[in-house]
Amino acid sequence: MTKKIYFTFDGKKYSGIEGDTLASALIRNGVFVIGRSFKYHRPRGVISAGCEEPNGIVQLETGNITEPNVRATEIELYEGLKAFSQNNWPNVNFDIGSINDLLSRFIPAGFYYKTFMWPKKFWEKYEFFIRKAAGLGKSPTADDPDKYEHFHYHCDLLIIGGGASGLYAAKLAKNSNLKILLIEQNSQLGGEHLSKQNSDKDSPLFKKLEKLNNSSNLKILKNTTVFAYMHSNYLLASQKINKKNLRQVIWKIRAKKVVLATGSIERFLTFNNNDRPGIILANSARKYINYYSNKIGKEIVIFTNNDSAYKTALDFHLKNVIVKAIVDVRKGSDGDLVKKAKELGIKIFFNSAIINTEGRKRINKVFISKLDGNFKKLIGNPEKILCDLLCVSGGWTPNVNLFSQSRGKLVYRESDATFIPNKSFQEEISIGSCNGTFNLDEILEETYDKMKKLLDGFGEKIDEKYKENTEKIFQDKMQHIWIVPTNKNFSKTKMFVDFQNDVTAKDIKLALQEGYKSIEHIKRYTTTGMATDQGKISNINAQGIISDLSGVPINELGTTTFRLPYTPVSFGAMAGRNIKEFFDVERTTPMHQWHINHGAKFEDVGQWKRAWYYPKDNEDMSQAVNREVAATRRGIGILDASTLGKIDIKGKDSSEFLNRVYTNSWSKLAVEKCRYGLMLGDDGMVIDDGVTTRISENHYIMTTTTGGAASVMSKLEDWLQTEWPDLKVYLTSVTEQFATISLNGPFANDLMKKLYPNFDFSKENFPHMSFKAVESDGIVCRIMRISFTGEMCYEINVPSSYAKDLWEKCFKLGKEYNITPYGTEAMHVLRAEKGFIIVGQETDGSVTPIDLDMNWIVSKNKYDFIGKRALSRSDTIKEDRKQLVGILTKDPNEILEEGAQLVESISALPMTMVGHITSSYYSPNLGRSIALALVRGGLKKKGGKLFAPMPKKTIEVKITDPVFIDPSNNRLTA
Amino acid sequence: MHKKPKKYSVFSLIRNAVSYHENWQPVWRSPEPKKEYDAIIIGGGGHGLTTAYYLAKNHGLTNIAVIEKGWIGGGNTGRNTTIIRSNYLWDQSAALYEHALKLWEGMSQELNYNVMFSQRGVMNVAHNLHDVRELKRRWHANRLNDIDCEWLNREQVKEFCPIINTSPNIRYPVMGATLQRRAGTARHDAVAWGYARGADAMGVDIIQNCEVTNINVKNGQVTGIESTKGSINSKRVGVVTAGHTSVIANMVGIRLPLESRPLQALVSEPVKPVIDTVVMSNTIHAYVSQSDKGELVIGAGTDGYTSYSQRGGFNIVEDTINAVVELFPLFSRMKMLRHWGGIVDICPDASPIVSKTHIKGLYFNCGWGTGGFKATPGSGWVFAHTIANDEPHKLNAPFTINRFSSGELVDEHGAAAVAH
Repeated sequence: MTKKIYFTFDGKKYSGIEGDTLASALIRNGVFVIGRSFKYHRPRGVISAGCEEPNGIVQLETGNITEPNVRATEIELYEGLKAFSQNNWPNVNFDIGSINDLLSRFIPAGFYYKTFMWPKKFWEKYEFFIRKAAGLGKSPTADDPDKYEHFHYHCDLLIIGGGASGLYAAKLAKNSNLKILLIEQNSQLGGEHLSKQNSDKDSPLFKKLEKLNNSSNLKILKNTTVFAYMHSNYLLASQKINKKNLRQVIWKIRAKKVVLATGSIERFLTFNNNDRPGIILANSARKYINYYSNKIGKEIVIFTNNDSAYKTALDFHLKNVIVKAIVDVRKGSDGDLVKKAKELGIKIFFNSAIINTEGRKRINKVFISKLDGNFKKLIGNPEKILCDLLCVSGGWTPNVNLFSQSRGKLVYRESDATFIPNKSFQEEISIGSCNGTFNLDEILEETYDKMKKLLDGFGEKIDEKYKENTEKIFQDKMQHIWIVPTNKNFSKTKMFVDFQNDVTAKDIKLALQEGYKSIEHIKRYTTTGMATDQGKISNINAQGIISDLSGVPINELGTTTFRLPYTPVSFGAMAGRNIKEFFDVERTTPMHQWHINHGAKFEDVGQWKRAWYYPKDNEDMSQAVNREVAATRRGIGILDASTLGKIDIKGKDSSEFLNRVYTNSWSKLAVEKCRYGLMLGDDGMVIDDGVTTRISENHYIMTTTTGGAASVMSKLEDWLQTEWPDLKVYLTSVTEQFATISLNGPFANDLMKKLYPNFDFSKENFPHMSFKAVESDGIVCRIMRISFTGEMCYEINVPSSYAKDLWEKCFKLGKEYNITPYGTEAMHVLRAEKGFIIVGQETDGSVTPIDLDMNWIVSKNKYDFIGKRALSRSDTIKEDRKQLVGILTKDPNEILEEGAQLVESISALPMTMVGHITSSYYSPNLGRSIALALVRGGLKKKGGKLFAPMPKKTIEVKITDPVFIDPSNNRLTA
Repeated sequence: MHKKPKKYSVFSLIRNAVSYHENWQPVWRSPEPKKEYDAIIIGGGGHGLTTAYYLAKNHGLTNIAVIEKGWIGGGNTGRNTTIIRSNYLWDQSAALYEHALKLWEGMSQELNYNVMFSQRGVMNVAHNLHDVRELKRRWHANRLNDIDCEWLNREQVKEFCPIINTSPNIRYPVMGATLQRRAGTARHDAVAWGYARGADAMGVDIIQNCEVTNINVKNGQVTGIESTKGSINSKRVGVVTAGHTSVIANMVGIRLPLESRPLQALVSEPVKPVIDTVVMSNTIHAYVSQSDKGELVIGAGTDGYTSYSQRGGFNIVEDTINAVVELFPLFSRMKMLRHWGGIVDICPDASPIVSKTHIKGLYFNCGWGTGGFKATPGSGWVFAHTIANDEPHKLNAPFTINRFSSGELVDEHGAAAVAH
């Protein structure tokens, strides 16, 4: 007794049995209308039993685990499953939208390009309804509770497809020393074999192959679909796990060789009303009746153009289903299966076709007509036959999607109208029906031969050869018929090509007639092949129809591009764990926890979390910042500057290297001295700045901006490796190895003496812009006397692991000087008071050193440096370029918005802008607002008046010098 | 001489429905190339077709050919994420893109072809203080340039696009956004087809499946081209070949400051309306909108290497999906349906080149990088002017090749902090 499984569809309770898919369970319950089509809302049932399904797609589950557009043919039934039909209202059996079917005459392919243009203003309204009508399922509205993973896998051999050819290939290679990965998209291995009726399954070969199991060198993944074949044999697969803590896994596979055994997909035939529920691919019908033991119909008709569908007829006959007729396009066939059907007395109409069907929610009759010798015309009157299932086979399409993704070239085989692999681009082979080989004995032969060659290449031995004789299916004796003739006006027919998107043969005719002749134009104009199945069934038929109507041979038309993914892949799986806390992992300094403990608010600077300000008690941001700024100028301010980029530069050409990457000269910088540098792009624009210190003759340490650290490092490496390989220079990023504590303020010197009692911190021994390595508690501290605040400042660099202790020691010893931690906001205010720039704020990739009034830093004597030539271009030497100035508002309490634009006079829009505010703060030391700006010709306009026109008011400002305090540097050098 | 096309309208649709659509005319002819033209446009993408259209319409030059290697609109015109906006920072860019936007606003009527220009707004999201500063700078510049632009705070962002994750506790929280309401999306293929139909109606020959193999120059003057369909003479040749511009330039020994790189995009399966605007986040690299068909249209970044192959690395797509799921956690169970790549040609300053060259009669229109689609009509308009008058239009005068030697760059890379 098989276990019953209960589920609901559109709220109604049904039961299926273990092993069912949702599709087979619904069919078991006589539910044939599963969905409505995209455009005409025609009732639709499943036409396949696999991933090629265009019709039977549902909304699975509700709430935060709902998923739209899931193929019912791929959903394994589980207890309590809830599924819903899509794209209908009020319900799938009575859908108001099906009025479109009656109006279909007025909405042919591309109709929307020709209308909805009048009146112009109404497009928005038309579009509202178009959008509402479009789409299939519904997006989830809540966060996904499930988890996803990525696995990386390297193997010698990746076999894709667990059908006869793939399994045989695995068997042949299994006794080698190769690491093999076999991937099957279904839950069971066997492929086509599974669809056979029981007595046909007594194959000795399959008895052996079924025993293939995970072993030391063979890993088998089921429920896994390879969806992408990228360059260098890098492939991606998506595995369905559906466990509580893991829903899906993306496998990222690098294989030495790939064996494509991806099988083939049955074709449909294009005849009038070929889309009714109960019309199904012949081999899929066979899978339902054999594999799922599901009596899918009572009275069936087969419509075919080849031998393979006779298997379906025979199997249904065996299960006591009445096969009322086989309608065969061909004039006859002497295939084994045809002979058997004849022997059983099944009625066969040769040289005939089904030209129409009836039955709105399930097919109830077909009309059969005789064809002429060229399969182009109908002869005589059609015969009507009642039935409840029509099984269709238009031949087989090798599944070359992955082969094409790998950039292999296809060739067209006329005999059975298939595109098959021809020329490989990567390290792969195609075997079995994906290679156009359809008979089992030939598949085994081909697999053995190709695997032998492949294993020889590895120097490995192959397993014993196997032979099996089975009935032959003469694929090459199919008769392709792209458009089944009709007794109606062709323009009135509904011969579906792309079922989901409701593209019919006459739509393709219309596209051609209107001049959309390229296959890509037709695809885009009619949307054929663009549904959620991406044309697995429809593409070849569309090509055939285009060829028929245009007279251009199929092989000249070419195919549309096969793109990844082979089947849709969930975003969640692609994202894996790289979301939320792992989205872009935070970088923090060794003092981070201290900042948190002291109530810091944080700012994101690149990937870093930097303390922004430290509100005390109930302070708001401006109160906290003002306090921090004032404390720094009066006592000691302490900043965690660890995020600044640090690059260790060693080698005998280090000075020359710095000469080339910075605008100023470095050769004469004495050991233990520091120098500020500006780095330019080759366009002469400032890209980074920072202080570099000469630690010893051939050893420098460069600091970069926090945000620029990584890009500066790679630029430097780029120059070194590609432009100046002759320079003996070695770069190491040490940003995270050293932490930096910056002590600023008039009492900084006093604190230093307490921190390092044995060291001479006199101005003479340790002047501004110099460096000392000082030992304390057995730790060598690299101390630089440099300043970004305009105060006397010492920057102490210590190995990161000691930083927090030293930081806390500073507070202990600095208490008497009111040592105050300040964050990035106060840092910005302090440096702006002093007129120091921040690269990326005062500069934006269009600012030269000269624009910054920093002529002094640009060496006139050096032979070259990056950006030098650009600085003498006609535009860069202009005098009225945008230049750095200070800005004071007329009203000292008015704080300008950063980014505000400046004009010389107020006019009607558009106004001529002469610059913009780059930085703007309240300065507690000046008791007023200050700002920096880039202003056209600003250096010569100091004292002049400008306006900042804001949305609700205009603010009058004055151009000033950008240095607001201590222009003579007394504090700095004290 | 060929007939003027019949007008499209709801009435013509009904009239043709009566005759079961058997009487629709071809949208364009498929002529064989003539021996000589007054101008040849190489490249049948949006920019090439609009160039031909405006040459005929604005300058009366109708004896022209558009030469296309494959099928028209098959390059970046048919591969982009269809975002249209004009909220650029610099005056030069803003003027050019705003001119284009105005043309978009009347395009369906002008062409009598519905390009489905959908002004559902474009939001550029800020995730840190630097973004806020830069986006506000752009907002103020747009305002004063009379280009519609608004600043939205976090709550307003949420109100305008309710599904965006505005939690302050995410890795890069939303701190605000600019919104250009007149911006939006359009049906990209329709733009190529509509302009092709319009140009064809005025006599322009659109020649597909014809690859240019050489450009003929004599005494510093262009004399025509060699192609897979033979020699075609013309004293004026405009090159509009995007990612393959450097290949064409190489034929006449011109080196352009262009890098051609793969740019990728993807769509999800179609769903009912869920996002009613365009959201662009440069900082975390997520660009999302929803097409009229219901698919989420998602743009990824460029690969870090140069290539002419229309496919990039999967890691780039992954990064974008990470960002999309981070910003729109509800999309986690949506599925990628189709992915593709295009080749974008990028200038060092991320602004285009629409320019004369030192060879008389040879003109280049390139370097639109990742943002050329929005400029399509404006680009054709000014390029047509440049070709017709042998002088740039005032809107493209700043976008010469010479700016790379003069230094007069229009640096949208550094300045806007926003990819196009």
